Amino acid sequence: MKIRALVALLATICLFAAACGSDADSTVTGEATPETTADTVAEDVMEDEVPSEPSNEEPVETSTTVEEVADLRIVSVSPTATEMLFAIGAGELVVAVDSFSYFPEEAPVTDLSGFEPNVEAIAGFDPTLVVSSAPIEGLDVVGVENMVLPAAITIDDVYTQIEQLGAATGHVGEAAELVGQMQTDIAAVIDALPARETPLSYYHELDNTLYSVTSSTFIGEVYTMLGLVNAADAADPDGEFFGYPQLNEEFLVTADPDIIFLADTVCCEQTAETVAARPGWDQLQAVQNGNIVELNDDVVSRWGPRLVEFVEVAGAAVADVALVAAS
Amino acid sequence: MNTRPAATKITWLVGAAVFVVVAIVTALVIGPTSIDRTGTLLELFDAVTPGDIDSGLNERQISIVRNLRLPRIALGLLVGAALATAGATYQGVFQNPLADPYLLGVAAGGGLGATIAFIYDLGDGRGFLDMVQILAFIGALSSVALTWTIGVLGDRTRASTSLILAGVAVASFFTAIQTFLQQQDTDDLRQVYTWFLGGLNTSGWTEVLQLFPVAAICLTLLALAGRTLDILSVGDDEASMLGLSVGRTRIVLVVVASLLTAAAVAVSGLIAFVGLIVPHTVRLLFGSSYRVIVPMSIAVGAGFLVLSDLVARTALTPAELPIGVVTAFFGAPFFVVILRTASRT
Repeated sequence: MKIRALVALLATICLFAAACGSDADSTVTGEATPETTADTVAEDVMEDEVPSEPSNEEPVETSTTVEEVADLRIVSVSPTATEMLFAIGAGELVVAVDSFSYFPEEAPVTDLSGFEPNVEAIAGFDPTLVVSSAPIEGLDVVGVENMVLPAAITIDDVYTQIEQLGAATGHVGEAAELVGQMQTDIAAVIDALPARETPLSYYHELDNTLYSVTSSTFIGEVYTMLGLVNAADAADPDGEFFGYPQLNEEFLVTADPDIIFLADTVCCEQTAETVAARPGWDQLQAVQNGNIVELNDDVVSRWGPRLVEFVEVAGAAVADVALVAAS
Repeated sequence: MNTRPAATKITWLVGAAVFVVVAIVTALVIGPTSIDRTGTLLELFDAVTPGDIDSGLNERQISIVRNLRLPRIALGLLVGAALATAGATYQGVFQNPLADPYLLGVAAGGGLGATIAFIYDLGDGRGFLDMVQILAFIGALSSVALTWTIGVLGDRTRASTSLILAGVAVASFFTAIQTFLQQQDTDDLRQVYTWFLGGLNTSGWTEVLQLFPVAAICLTLLALAGRTLDILSVGDDEASMLGLSVGRTRIVLVVVASLLTAAAVAVSGLIAFVGLIVPHTVRLLFGSSYRVIVPMSIAVGAGFLVLSDLVARTALTPAELPIGVVTAFFGAPFFVVILRTASRT
């Protein structure tokens, strides 16, 4: 009995180990699920209230008249939308922003939560328009318009959202100008990149437990634009993790990316030094060559006007590596 | 059950040791990176023997085996043994089959401590005595202390029941505070979430060396307490008549098991199910004497967690699965199989 019991125990464990795989996938959906759901809902919301096709070329017709603009009272519980509003000169219409909207400095920060918005607290600011990244239930009951600008999936989403805010606030011209400027600045970074025969590879770190992004995400698209290849793509080829897989450390050391981008300098206090000190990481050429780029978590995770900053910093790092390689 | 000959017990222990060795070797030679298996084993041999052996691996492969795979396996052994043994002890002390290491609020208290550390940017959960680890440890022990304080205020004749109820109350309370804090600062959600699902990611040998002394002492003490647990299992009154100071014994055992759990939780987060299913599996396979259950739980828990972690890091390679998902996902059905098998015999 006892030997058979042991064998059975071993066999069962092995069986479970082997049977694992596709079934286990559904248990971990990454963190992108709510966003995805929000998107679908958000699109419906936006279609009703905002011109659906703002274009960069021709000026978009203002959907808000001058008198209406003067009466606008905006509450933004999306840090990205806050940045956009101030960047298109609509800041003076903003009466309150959520606790994480601490950029730019002049934003009227309150303790409103963008994560769990409280309709009553928002209504207390007597807004005519509330901008959020996910629909806020109950705002319609109190008769307040809710504009939903969900997390960008592509870079074009960023431009579209800026133009939508321009249209809603009567700042169409500034919005178009900002979009044009961003496109010019980003194109300049890309144009300045030295040509390479083989593309550089990179790893973008979201936290020190090695959560990363694949090329299918908004952040990944930026790197693709800069001609980089993502080491994390292998970890989520079918989008099971919605583009946000947790990488195995051993895999990463073997994949040996050329550049490491740290988007966990604020959340998790990671630096080039802490990364270099991780056991086993001395084997990485990015560590050996000093190609570790410390990014500001907020700048990277928000899809607003500071996207240009992110592109410039990342672009400069790519150019540096290319130069070193050439010399 | 206690009448089985000593030879049988030795056979079981040898079998358990073989299971652990098989788990270690399997986990060592399999990984997201394909490394020559003979070379990997030679590297292990080289690491544990004084001589110098050329394993034929390159520098990076050696680094992967020594800095990443080996410490992770070692941590899995310690955490697995700790949780399984603490679970077995709690089950014995409270004579409650549903008892697990988190019974007295360790998970909620540890979770609160870790959340505070993450939210106030006090640490990142890695390295030697990081603040996340320290606060998780303190939180875990505080919740047990609070549970105990409230529990002994209750009905003395039903001490176990009132303790368990106190545990539920304390856990709910700490979870409420934890959730409140977590919602205040959503920037750290991912870190908190990852911690709650548990993981054996290490900073080299740091976490292993930190956990080892506590685990070694507590595991030894609990392994020696098998007979005491057997006496407790006949009931408080009977145990008293047999000359055991029930109240004092219970406190000592709970303190040791809680220390063990808290130390494990501090470095690995909350790994579910191990502390519940391993002791039960051992009990169903090898009988109900704690003189067998405790040592077997040490071995089976260690091997089980190492194999679970193997699944966690290879199932969706090169992505990782949280180990708590693996232990719950495979542990629950496994337990059902064992239960059915045992009920037929």
